[in-house]
Amino acid sequence: MSGKPIAFTNVRLVDPASGYDGPGALIVTEGVIADVVKGGDLGALSRDVEVVDGKGALLLPGLVDIRVKTGEPGTETKETLKSAARAAAAGGVTSIVLQPDTDPVIDEPSVVDFILRRARDIELVKVHVAGAATKGARGERMAEIGLMTEAGCLYISDADRPIVDSKVMRRVLSYAKAFGVLVAHRPADPWLSAGAAASEGEFASRMGLPSVPAIAEKIMLERDLALVELTGSRLLVDQVTTASALESLKRGRDKGLAITATTSINHLSFNEIDIGDYRTFCKLDPPLRSEDDRQAVIEAVATGLIQVVVSAHAPAPAEDKRLPYDEAAPGAVGLQTLLPALLTFHHEDRIPLIDLIRTVTCAPAELLGLEAGRLAKGAPADLVLCDLNAPLLIDADKLISKSKNSPFDGRRLQGKVLRTVVDGRTVFAG
Amino acid sequence: MTTAPPGLNEVLQRTFSFPKRHFLSATDLNEVEVANLLDLADGFVSLNRQTSKKLDLLKGRTLMNLFFENSTRTQSSFELAGKRLGADVVNMSPRSSSIAKGETLIDTAVTLNAMQPDLLVVRHSSSGAASLLSQKVSCSVINAGDGQHEHPTQALLDALSMRRSFGRIAGLKVAICGDVLHSRVARSNVALLQMLGAEVRLVGPPTLIPAQAERWNVAIHHRMREGIAGCDVVMMLRLQLERMDGVMAPSQREYFRFFGLDREKLAFAAPHVRVMHPGPMNRGVEIDSDVADDLSVSLIQDQVEMGVAARMAVLTSLAARLENAR
Repeated sequence: MSGKPIAFTNVRLVDPASGYDGPGALIVTEGVIADVVKGGDLGALSRDVEVVDGKGALLLPGLVDIRVKTGEPGTETKETLKSAARAAAAGGVTSIVLQPDTDPVIDEPSVVDFILRRARDIELVKVHVAGAATKGARGERMAEIGLMTEAGCLYISDADRPIVDSKVMRRVLSYAKAFGVLVAHRPADPWLSAGAAASEGEFASRMGLPSVPAIAEKIMLERDLALVELTGSRLLVDQVTTASALESLKRGRDKGLAITATTSINHLSFNEIDIGDYRTFCKLDPPLRSEDDRQAVIEAVATGLIQVVVSAHAPAPAEDKRLPYDEAAPGAVGLQTLLPALLTFHHEDRIPLIDLIRTVTCAPAELLGLEAGRLAKGAPADLVLCDLNAPLLIDADKLISKSKNSPFDGRRLQGKVLRTVVDGRTVFAG
Repeated sequence: MTTAPPGLNEVLQRTFSFPKRHFLSATDLNEVEVANLLDLADGFVSLNRQTSKKLDLLKGRTLMNLFFENSTRTQSSFELAGKRLGADVVNMSPRSSSIAKGETLIDTAVTLNAMQPDLLVVRHSSSGAASLLSQKVSCSVINAGDGQHEHPTQALLDALSMRRSFGRIAGLKVAICGDVLHSRVARSNVALLQMLGAEVRLVGPPTLIPAQAERWNVAIHHRMREGIAGCDVVMMLRLQLERMDGVMAPSQREYFRFFGLDREKLAFAAPHVRVMHPGPMNRGVEIDSDVADDLSVSLIQDQVEMGVAARMAVLTSLAARLENAR
């Protein structure tokens, strides 16, 4: 099933795992990377090899996106596993980790198993799941963390819902530690956040939108850091979006706590002003922040304080978005725009290319123990060939996702996916 | 049909155009447009005081009142305004009809739009609802209050009341007091009054002042006496009773003690001070009856009268821009 061998010649290899960014070539056989030639060429190739002349395009490890929602099971009108997988392939994303807040919630091994089997049948990109930390993701009683881990779930999280009860959170952290599984938690004070549709500040005040102060993120993060210290567990901070929470994060890391953090491409790319005249495509959870916060988050990605960037892909169909702002569903699709949107920071000379690529390849892969995200001999041939400079005008209606809620609609980006390869099979060719 | 009073005729014959299709926000307006609207409204005040009040400026037009939130005063004000201009007026209250059955705001609007109204007056509990509607219908949309965002015709009628009372708005010191946080009236007034050159202050407990409101270029006061000191106009806002039970303020009596308008506090304002309130009032909670009913200081009755005239001005201006307008 791995197709015939492919040789990528005349490409710019970017492999953050080995620190290499330069010209080279790469050959794929039997679904794995058979050879990587840095700086040179492949030499004579047998006739059954498909030769792809990259003409200087980027050849990257396939992207690993660890925060993706679909509507399956439960709300397939939003997105199915198949439509999400097709969107991922078109975006150069070769591994996705699904969030557990489906209907039913992924809170026991049979649901994990069901989704993994469904995903295998689709045969596009690699689909993994995160299991809920608590039953029904209600934050009250622990879910079957051990059994789900055994069934193959990659990390534990209640997705958008913070675990309010500190006793429950403490138990989840220490219990998960025994199974060696990572816990992710969304830092948001639930009381300050209740009912909020925007970030507190002049903009939300003027627009009359119910809002949450930025420090709601810091308040919950500080609690979580204290619990990490108490339990000695690992924690993945799910989407840091504010400057004040970044201060806490830095202090925690300086102290040597086992914490890593993600942020979303949306919070790197937009601020609250993009909401404009109540554009519900910009209604997100966490809400878009101030420009100062956005700049701080970009800086944190540049310095490595935030290690992983996620698409936070959250499909919402028109009927959930074409509503008054405070009634509209939060979230944005992002699988197909993650890579070009991320490349913006290279084009703006903000963050070196190799550091940007690290946040969506080897950093998330290593964090979750995935055999992905690197261009190394013997590694699975999950690759994306990308024209770094090709202009792109995002038209939400033309995105592959079943839901078209992209805040990038109408934006001009640079960086076009030319081909996506998973285990040596071409799953997308643009 | 009635003859328009001479003042009104003069204004009507002035050729000014109101270049907008919708009336959604005070921030969309400019000074010239507001001055024209106020002049026009002034003329309608004279008309409304005649025995015969009816004109045919909107003859053949259909005005639809679409109120998702209950309102007696604003809805009847628009209804009268429409009828006095000769329009057919239909009142819809979707609370009791299809919207309760799961139809979305946009579906309702599209359905009503198919009935070919010319002017759609909308009130909704969500900020931005009127703007959203305006993107989906072919008629003119008038925002009669969207959530905590804006209530631009209220600001226009308030400006009309002030201008008639003081002869000007520029330079007036206006204190807007009470629940500014939840008030669309306050937001529209801040925008409009500042545009017209008034000095605006916001007065209320910190729990009821919007975050970073100081960036609106207004002074913020948490003590009523300091806040209204020397003010020409004290505009009181309604505070919903359920917000006063330990939620936004500890109790009604504590709120009245510190933020309710009574004679004692009013004495700190300018001697010629005028008191305003968008209604309906919570007597003895945000305002003492003694002050509210004193016609030598209270403009509250005037505001209601000005409401009809200001809305007539808005309807007339928008109708002139409608497709196939005469």
